[in-house]
Amino acid sequence: MPTCLVDALAPHVGEAATAALEAAGCRVEVPDGQACCGQPAMNVGLVDEAREMAGRTLDAFSGTEGPVVVPSGSCAEMIVHQYPRLFAGTEREEEAIRLAERVRELTRFLVTDLGAPVKAACDGAVAYQYSCHGLRGLGLDETADRLLEGTVRVDYDGTQCCGFGGLFSVAMPDVSGAIMGERLDAIEASGADYVVGGDVSCLLHIEGGLRKRGSSIEVRHIAELLAPGEG
Amino acid sequence: MSAPVTFVGRAERLLGSPEARAVGAATRHMSANREAAWAEMSWWPDLRDRVRRIRLESLAGLDRLLATFAERVTEAGGRVHFAADAAEAREIVAGILGQAGAKRVVKGKSMLSEEIDLNAHLEAAGVEVTETDLGEWIAQLAGDTPSHIIAPVLHMTRQDVGRVFSEKLGVPYTDDPVELNALARESLRDVFLAADAGITGVNLAVADTGSIVVVTNEGNGRFSSTAPRVHIALMGMERIVPDWPSAAVVLESLARSATGQRLSVYTNVITGPRRPGDPDGPEELHVVIVDNGRSRVLAGETAEILACIRCGACLNVCPVFRTVGGHGYGTVYSGPVGAVLAPSLDGIDARPDLPYASTLCGACQEVCPVGIQIPSMLLDLRRAAAEGGHLPTWIRRGVHAFASATATPGRWRTAKRLARLLTAPLARAGWIRRLPGPGEGWTRHRELRRPAARSFLERWRRRGG
Repeated sequence: MPTCLVDALAPHVGEAATAALEAAGCRVEVPDGQACCGQPAMNVGLVDEAREMAGRTLDAFSGTEGPVVVPSGSCAEMIVHQYPRLFAGTEREEEAIRLAERVRELTRFLVTDLGAPVKAACDGAVAYQYSCHGLRGLGLDETADRLLEGTVRVDYDGTQCCGFGGLFSVAMPDVSGAIMGERLDAIEASGADYVVGGDVSCLLHIEGGLRKRGSSIEVRHIAELLAPGEG
Repeated sequence: MSAPVTFVGRAERLLGSPEARAVGAATRHMSANREAAWAEMSWWPDLRDRVRRIRLESLAGLDRLLATFAERVTEAGGRVHFAADAAEAREIVAGILGQAGAKRVVKGKSMLSEEIDLNAHLEAAGVEVTETDLGEWIAQLAGDTPSHIIAPVLHMTRQDVGRVFSEKLGVPYTDDPVELNALARESLRDVFLAADAGITGVNLAVADTGSIVVVTNEGNGRFSSTAPRVHIALMGMERIVPDWPSAAVVLESLARSATGQRLSVYTNVITGPRRPGDPDGPEELHVVIVDNGRSRVLAGETAEILACIRCGACLNVCPVFRTVGGHGYGTVYSGPVGAVLAPSLDGIDARPDLPYASTLCGACQEVCPVGIQIPSMLLDLRRAAAEGGHLPTWIRRGVHAFASATATPGRWRTAKRLARLLTAPLARAGWIRRLPGPGEGWTRHRELRRPAARSFLERWRRRGG
């Protein structure tokens, strides 16, 4: 499941993720009919709209089997924790719970399910941004750290929210920008050459902010470090 | 200039201000203290689970606990008053003061007194009210409102405090904390000794002994509750636990989470007024138990927020609170807990903007000593706000348009191509510098990546996937 943001804005991340999975010996399928998991609607309180989009995601994966790997902690968290709530008491509840059980965020799948058959490589110092939903919702700090074992990490507290927050960054752009500004200061002070993370959403916000500052620090999704040369 | 009415409006004014910078520094300091205090307790998750169970069970048995508590307070010689709302609570307090002929009142810190706007009403009735918590007193002198439930003037620097003292007390300017403290002590001591009545909050009430617990670091709570002849304790009806073993567990978490102390400097336990033979203590003890919307909250989706023990840890870790400060919320209770509590107490129609004042990062829940599920309740409140018609039209329409654009594979393909085409005039080298309309704010601080020439799905299908 590439997620809508990777699909539309960062296809190279999707290709890096599929390449990493293939390098780990997986056969990758990308079922038709998927677009957005519904998180943006859920997070602004439009629950019916969220359920509608979530329903389409259930449809897209209904005829498939095996783990559903998502290169995003926040979209994975939406399915794992919110889908069972969204469909509670409806006829699709079972289906939602089944999909929630099948969903694995990319680093979780590679490390916990496969035993880390691939490792990240990077030609510069890395500041890792653990995205909040992945970190606090799914406990993804250990899986990312494991994959990054071979890289040089700078001293940067990646557990602090970058201020993106989905539509929060559009509805309260200045508050979001101020939170981000503080993080960008920390990133620049850390001496990092790359900001790496597991969520394209937060990374787009951070990369956009770094570009606005004219910073030369580059931004990568962790999948891109797993499959060098791709994308 | 009228005060902005929404969080965004207030936040925009505060961003980058000296006040917001002071909040940023102080909250990081408080968070570091809290982390250090918990680091020495490896069993903290167990303790959190115990506190959570105690608080949720107390809420479940609230009626019974309050009845027992009221009985025990009365047996100990105190009086219990129940107030359904803020107006009734104010009347009760004014009535007690009137009967006692009390004109001069000293107050310990009480968020509930802020919630019911007690000071203004008492002052209008001719009662002289002096805050004795250092932070509250500074706020009172400055004509400011507290911005943090534990540290009321977290938004002020010591230089700010020095200026307030110099201006209001007519003393030479100093920003030395020791000197400032000495000035406060000198000024307040006479006020304490002259006071007819003391009003304090209640951190915790213990049902089976009829005791109230007031924790402070300055001793002002003890002074306020013992020196004057009348003590009035204001208590939110949810602030109760069944017994002392439960209270001990909660108190152990409270100070660590609030200030990073193992225990606060003063933990005052008050059971009844002065008894014959007691060297000090008030002649009368009144406990005013206030509902003011809590029964309604208890019956609703956000009941769990009443389990809060008011440590303020969630404020200190919240990226939004750290950046904006408590005054951005426009409510007595600010930060993540306030974003749930204020719309719950006042109704979502009164505070529809507050549940959106969060990135949903979850840091609040992570540090909460009661494990309160704040992000999930924020989502529930956002749903209520959206259902109440409080969502800005452009967000509602935008989400509808997106839901429709992603409804079928064909539409989604078209939407991606259209987005690519429409952004062509705006982009340079794959990045958009400025967006028009609702996206303008986004690109004020960030550039936006332009949609890819071929989406992942298209590239995957071409590859033969």
